[in-house]
Amino acid sequence: MNDAVIAHLSPKVVLEELKKHGVTHVVWLPDSETNWLYLLMKAEPSLQLVAVAREGLACSVAAGLASGGKVPVILIQNTGLMESGDSIRGWLLGLNIPVVLMVGLRGWTRHGVTQDTAATYTEPFLNAFRINYYLVESDADASRISVAFEEAKKTRRPVAVLVADEYHGFNR
Amino acid sequence: MFYTADMLKAFQKYRGDAIVVPGRGGRHWINISTAPNLDVPLGDPAMGGHAGFALGLALALPHRKVVLFDSEGDVQMGLGILLTVAEQRPANFYHFMLDNECYATTGGQPVPNARNVAYDVMARGAGYPRAFAFEELEDLAQHLPEILDQPGPVFVAMKVHPEIENKPIGQRSKWMRKTRLQAIADLQRELGKGEIATA
Repeated sequence: MNDAVIAHLSPKVVLEELKKHGVTHVVWLPDSETNWLYLLMKAEPSLQLVAVAREGLACSVAAGLASGGKVPVILIQNTGLMESGDSIRGWLLGLNIPVVLMVGLRGWTRHGVTQDTAATYTEPFLNAFRINYYLVESDADASRISVAFEEAKKTRRPVAVLVADEYHGFNR
Repeated sequence: MFYTADMLKAFQKYRGDAIVVPGRGGRHWINISTAPNLDVPLGDPAMGGHAGFALGLALALPHRKVVLFDSEGDVQMGLGILLTVAEQRPANFYHFMLDNECYATTGGQPVPNARNVAYDVMARGAGYPRAFAFEELEDLAQHLPEILDQPGPVFVAMKVHPEIENKPIGQRSKWMRKTRLQAIADLQRELGKGEIATA
């Protein structure tokens, strides 16, 4: 038995974190980490889901929502994060948008060896944009989501949460 | 085909208390608008995102009309937003699009398939309940009251004359009178009387 089987990230815990921080809108594009979370979010009356067709669009939508006084969260995969570079620059960093990006960390392995370049480039990408990030692998890490929300609000910058539990937590 | 400034002057008569995201029309709109604190002239934060930003505002402020003056280059770059707008169906969202058939700020090179795109058909196909296309200002001016009186989302494609810039960016005249952050702060302050809760 390995660590990934023992520990997992429950979508209910993630949803509670979103509610705790007053999230009003989830701007998102589905990925393999978020299937069960989708069902919970859809059933949650305090959340409005805004689906986009390309991840960069999530940045401008979130910027508009935040400028209008709402609390969006962006829920995308690392592949889409990398596609969104200019939108992150212009719409999030450029407009001082305090938003949490919850990013499915495709390709993540605990031992560090991966053949999936999506994981290889994710952290260097975030570092290039000087976006701080927190790794969340299991329920025990869930408090880091709160840290990200508080940091985003305090610094008025985007902060990332890397969800490193693909095929386990949200798909249970 | 008509000039952007003339179109904006025609629109101003019906603006009411709408929030205006002037997009590529910003350089003209700041000289025409009579409610600058309800305007969000952002210049070009990142191309292709104006519609997403305006949609976000419309969703956040459902009791206030949000009028966007997008461009065909931006729409081409972020076509998927048409689907999101159509799915969300914000009744307060009015999506106007300036189509000059080129990238005017980079020297006037044509956008892909510049003269043969029916953007109103694309918007309708994406799911906008109403979409129009205008080539004559008189025709647009005649329909503006009805367009703005009816619920959104609505898409309005407009053929406008290109106003091409060839100077290096550093030598261009600066038309923005306030920073992007100031524009947003002014809007929040203006709406602060009960309409918006800012962090």
